[in-house]
Order: sequence, then C-alpha cells, then structure tokens
Amino acid sequence: MILTVVFWSFAGLSIMSALLCVTRRNPVSSALWLVVTLFGLAGLFVLLDAHFIAVMQVIVYAGAIMVLFLFVIMLLHVGRDQPPDMLGRVGSIVMIGVASLMVLELWVLTTSEPAAELQLPAGTLAREAAQLGAVGAVAGPLFRDFLVPFELTSILLLAAIVGAIVLAKRRI
Amino acid sequence: MFLGESLAVSAIIFGIGVAGVLFRRNAIVIFMCVELMLNAVNLSFIALAQQLGREGQVIVFFVMAVAAAEAAVGLAIMISIYRHKESVNLNDIRLLRG
Repeated sequence: MILTVVFWSFAGLSIMSALLCVTRRNPVSSALWLVVTLFGLAGLFVLLDAHFIAVMQVIVYAGAIMVLFLFVIMLLHVGRDQPPDMLGRVGSIVMIGVASLMVLELWVLTTSEPAAELQLPAGTLAREAAQLGAVGAVAGPLFRDFLVPFELTSILLLAAIVGAIVLAKRRI
Repeated sequence: MFLGESLAVSAIIFGIGVAGVLFRRNAIVIFMCVELMLNAVNLSFIALAQQLGREGQVIVFFVMAVAAAEAAVGLAIMISIYRHKESVNLNDIRLLRG
C-alpha cells in the first residue's frame, strides 16, 4: 500500500518534470527539470530492486551528463530565454498526435505478461541483492556473461573522448 | 511488482520525449529529449529485469555508457556548429537541405 503511494508519487514527479523539461523556453530550466526527472526515475529504480543502477543514475546522469549539458549551454551563450522555437499550431497538433500514437502502442505492452516459463519466482532479485549485496548482484552477470561488451564499452568511450576533442577544439 | 505500471510510466515518458524531439527546434533541448527517451527505455528494462532476470540491469549499464558517449560527441558537434552559424536553432542549420 505504502509502496504504491511512493511509486505513484515518483512516477508523477518524473512525468510532470518531463513535461516541464520539454516545454520550458530557457534551456537551463529545461536541463534542471530533466535532472528532477532523472531523480524521480532513480526513485522508481529503487522500488524495482535496482539499487545499484539507481545510484549510477544519480551519479552518471544527474551528475556527469547534466553538468556537460549545462557547460555547453554556458559556452554557447544560450542560457537566457530563447525566442519561441516550437512548431506552429498545426505542427504541434500533428506531433502530439504522433507522440500519443506511440504512447498508445507502448501502452498495449503493459497489458501483456512475459511467458510463464521465463518468469523468475517473485522476490528473486530482492533475495539475491540481500545475499550478494547490491553491487555484487549486478557485477556477477556483468563480468561473467557480458565481459566482452563491457570491454568494448571502454573502447567506445575512448573513441568518444577522442572524437569530442577533435570536433570541439579549434586547432589540434 | 509494478510491472504494468512501470511500463505505462515508461511509455508516457517516451512519448513526451518523442513529442519534444518533434516540436522543439533548439538542438540542445532536442538532445535532452533524446536523453529522456533513453531513460524511459531504461525504466522498462529495469521493470522487466525484475521478472526475467538481472541481465536487464546490466543492459541499462551499457545504455548509460552509450548515452554518455553520445552526449559528449553530440555536444562537441553542437559547439563546432555554433562556431560557424552562431546559432543552435535547427531552422538556421540547413546545409544538407540546399
């Protein structure tokens, strides 16, 4: 019961701030509302037994990526109210239609149940987390089954660093 | 627990992200909307991981790494575009449109 209340308050928080993030004219307020959305989602992650991912969400997304965004907004002198940049009335209605079509399609998925033979017994993840610790439970599959993708991620990040420097620097 | 509800919230946030990408013209805000969509997908991964196994949470890890790389490169592209055009409004950037 209390969990349901907590779930819907976090869900409402993230949906409302996502809406505000999309509609604000000042990019800085958009970025700050996006941070609120990310925090709300981190709360949902905790409720869904993904404690470690929730912490990573706050550190990596709300910390690192959003700071990057704010830095770029500051560098580009766009941190004040911008002239309205939305499409006109007809365009907006069409786009809202497209987006709600998408929501409807995804909504159908919420009524579907995964096949019974794939499902874990209820509470498995919570038990695992209690046994192995929040980090250990994620680290197991990460370093056993997903070791090669994990190593490839480091190459991807290196390529991104080099690419970002090459693109943003005036003279190398 | 909360599987259907989480998928519904994820669908709504994804829809908001799509609407934002479609009707905003400011490149930075469009980028933030893409992040919003990635997060919505992360939420559905984690909701399903609760029923189908821990692997979903590991995938979210990779999504976060790719999002970080994408944000770094994308924002660098935006800085170099701003240097040429003095604007990040997509209506002013029409190199490929002739």
